[in-house]
Amino acid sequence: MGDLAGPLAVPPGMLSASWLIARKDLAIEFRTRTAFLSALVFALLAATIFFFAWDATAVAAADLAPGVLWVIFTFSGLLGLQRSFGVEQADRAIDALLVAPVDREAIYLGKAIANLVFVAGVEAITIPAVTLLYNLPFGRSTLALAAIALLAAIGLVAVGTLFAAMAVNTRLAELLLPMLSLPFFIPIVMAAAGSSAKLLAGRPLAEAWPWLRILVAFDVVFVVACTLAFPLTLEE
Amino acid sequence: MTTPRSTDAPAGVPLIARGPDWLIIAGFVSVAAVYIRAFLFTPPEATQGPAQRILYLHAPSAFVALYVAFALMALTSALYLWLKDEKLDRVAESAAEVGLVFTTVVLVTGPLWGKPIWGAWWTWDARLTLTLFLWFIIVGYLVLRGAIDERGMRARYSAVLALLAGFLIPFIHLSVYLFRTMHPMPIVLKPSAPSMPPVMLVTFASAFLAFTLLFAGLLRARYRMATLRDLIADRENTL
Repeated sequence: MGDLAGPLAVPPGMLSASWLIARKDLAIEFRTRTAFLSALVFALLAATIFFFAWDATAVAAADLAPGVLWVIFTFSGLLGLQRSFGVEQADRAIDALLVAPVDREAIYLGKAIANLVFVAGVEAITIPAVTLLYNLPFGRSTLALAAIALLAAIGLVAVGTLFAAMAVNTRLAELLLPMLSLPFFIPIVMAAAGSSAKLLAGRPLAEAWPWLRILVAFDVVFVVACTLAFPLTLEE
Repeated sequence: MTTPRSTDAPAGVPLIARGPDWLIIAGFVSVAAVYIRAFLFTPPEATQGPAQRILYLHAPSAFVALYVAFALMALTSALYLWLKDEKLDRVAESAAEVGLVFTTVVLVTGPLWGKPIWGAWWTWDARLTLTLFLWFIIVGYLVLRGAIDERGMRARYSAVLALLAGFLIPFIHLSVYLFRTMHPMPIVLKPSAPSMPPVMLVTFASAFLAFTLLFAGLLRARYRMATLRDLIADRENTL
């Protein structure tokens, strides 16, 4: 990490600053691996528990899978998001970030990129695992599922990163994050589950399109809105 | 603690009004008047019978909760982020809390009508779901406010949340409408002429006015309370 500690004559631009912050967070996570492993184990455990929560003779596993996947992603995502600003609380590390000569928006984007990698990493292992455990067809639909998962993760992380930054400064801390985030995850979960159910059932893409459109629009609106709103949540 | 000083409030600070709150009284009296008219002077609906009369409580509450309280909360929050005026934050706070009461009324009266008419207390219909999610958002907003002590931070955080909630509503609206809806379509606020007999229409319209008046009364009372609370906090800081 020599280039991080080295003197920077010119303050980094918005994108390179975001990338530096994302790399810092990912380096911390890669060296400890606590949050990622707990989110991953949670995801796999939840997938098995959900299977037994329904009568397997009455509901086909393929009908169950989309709903199970999105519930798992939502909650395991929350585990990662909580950590995002929690790591900055120790020794008030956030102050160092705030005095750094970078845009406030870059701090948000950096955090969001790291969280996106985190959530996408959990998804990358959970999707094949659920495909195996629930006997879903491998192939084109798995790819479609991964694409939807990425779109959903962007929206999830955009809103979740902002709320994590807010929640960490409140008296309820991490308890508040699900209460604030889950209502915002409703359209994401509905759209992602709706479109992946169509695609897993072998329906044409056109039938999933209305849902995908909502997902893309959500991503665009909330990435922009949350990036602009983030500086408002910092101490002045 | 020194002896509290009596009337040294800075000029322009509204102290609590002495005597009864006439706006709230007017609100409750007009709501009562609407009920007397609805029960004694408005005929029951032909197919739904007495259950239809809940409309005079349900629809105006929904109107006040969704189109007045929530809109006011999102609007004043957006303005707060721009102007940084504490009054706007107090209006948003008051609108959220009074709005929560009206949203709760909607969510309680809906199932009471739904059971005899639809045969189910609750259905995952678009409008019901939207109202329920709105209720959750307002609860989250109020919990967030309760979890922050520092006033400026509380105002900024809650304003950001309310503003984002304003962006969220269209998305929830779109996604819940992709499921089929079975809620009665608007009878009065629709492009064509209202399909309701005049006698019912008068009751219905006056119910909207009465509930808006009641909302205004409750909002003002809650706003005064917030002002006094902030005033006390200021005094305690200076003492």
